[in-house]
This record gives sequence, structure tokens and C-alpha cells, in this order.
Amino acid sequence: MTTTQILFWLLSALAIVGAIGVISCKNPIYGVLWLIIVFFAISGHYVLMNAQFLAIVNIIVYAGAIMVLFTFVVMFINLNEHPEIPKNIYVKAAGIIAGLCLLIVLVAALSRASENNTQLRIDTGVGLIKNLGRTLFNDYVVPFEISSVLFLSAMVGAVIIGKKEKQQTV
Amino acid sequence: MEIKWYLFLSIILFCIGVAGALTRRNSIIVFMCIELMLNSVNLLLVAFSKMHLSIPGTSAYSAIDAQIFVFFIMIVAAAEVSVGLAIIVMMYRNTKSIDINFLNRLKN
Repeated sequence: MTTTQILFWLLSALAIVGAIGVISCKNPIYGVLWLIIVFFAISGHYVLMNAQFLAIVNIIVYAGAIMVLFTFVVMFINLNEHPEIPKNIYVKAAGIIAGLCLLIVLVAALSRASENNTQLRIDTGVGLIKNLGRTLFNDYVVPFEISSVLFLSAMVGAVIIGKKEKQQTV
Repeated sequence: MEIKWYLFLSIILFCIGVAGALTRRNSIIVFMCIELMLNSVNLLLVAFSKMHLSIPGTSAYSAIDAQIFVFFIMIVAAAEVSVGLAIIVMMYRNTKSIDINFLNRLKN
């Protein structure tokens, strides 16, 4: 086994353990921490595949910004007053069985896929910031600018939704 | 590495996300499961972009396009999270709970 393979299996195990931790944790704050572990494992996969730009963006955007937002909301909401009422055991079993069925169907469908040209080539400079940035600012300038409009509208929407409503006089 | 191991890893992560979204009632955890599913798909897209390069005669540009696509998925996910968490906070303010079953009050 080469170093790449050992790292792949380690990061995969970390990601799966973290994902199971997310869905099985009692307190959402632990779920957030498990999810950060999953994101770091996925960033490790990106580094392993030589997609360095996406690895950095994944850490900054997901593990940094989004998870801080989640933590903030979890802290803001007082969950000790209202603990989660567990779902009906049958609904829970049905959900797990549905997930397992999806897993089995997808694995069975894809395990017989063609084996031609399926090796990953990581020795090219495709994932480097230089190449991606050049493409992003040459061919994808308009979507990039539109995404800034999307962010603006998301920000305005979040502020308007989160604003305290005025006390309505009855 | 072969593509199939990345394929199976992404499928496992996606299915864990689906199972979590179906079994939990805490809306924050359901939301985190959705993020998990988005990330598993991103991982698979990057793996496919690297696999695409191993086909002889392909230019690097198509692989770069795939990674730009992943970048835009991340952008949309960030915008989605900010609005979604604002909705959760508003829901908590109105119902004093973040149980997703309380959302069925919307139909009245």
C-alpha cells in the first residue's frame, strides 16, 4: 500500500465516523463539531487529489464561515429548555432502512461500471489556484459577478427574515 | 487511486446524510445533513474531474470547468445556509422550538 492509499483510507474512515457522529449526536453543538471533522477530512481528500484551491476554499467557506454560523445559531437557541422529542421508532427505522436501500441500490448499480480509464490522474496542474483563477476570471466572469448579487440578496433576505417583528396591536 | 473508491465514499456519505435527514427532528441537524450531502457530491465532482484527465486526448479545460462548478456549488451553499439559518431563528422565535414537526402549522 502506498502512502496515498493509506491516507485515503484514513481520511475516508474519519469522514464516515464524523458523518455518523453528526446524525447520532444528542446535542446539536456536538453535531457541529463532528461536521467540522467531516469537512476537514473532505479537504484532505481534495489535497490528496491535488485540488488545492478547492481544499482551501472548503476550509475557509465550510469549516470557517458556515460552521461558525451554525455554532452561533445553536448557541443563540436555548435547547435545554426544549429538548428534542425523538421521532417515533417506526419512523426512525423507516428512515434508516430508506438510507440503506439507497446505499445498496447505488452501490449495486455502480459496482459493475466500466473499468476503462478510471484511474485518477493527479499529476496535472488543474486544481492549482493559478489555472482555476485564470479560467474563473476569463470564462466565468459573469457567473462570478452574478454570484455576488446572489450573496447580496441572501444577506438582505437573512436580515429581513431575522429582523424582530413589530409588536402587533390586537 | 481508482474512481470507484471515491464513488463508494461519496455514496456512503450521501446515504448517511439522507438517513439523518429522515430520522432526526431537530431542524439544525437536518440542515447539517443537507450540507453533508452537498459536500459528498462536491467530492465526487472533483474526483470525476481528475478521472476525466486520464482519458487520452482530453484537454485540461474540461477538468477545470468541473472544479469551477464545485466552486459555484459552494457559493450557492453559503448563500443557502445564511437564509436557512435565518428561517430557523425566526421559527424558534415564533414557536419557541426548532422541531421540524412544528412546521406543519404553516398549512393553517
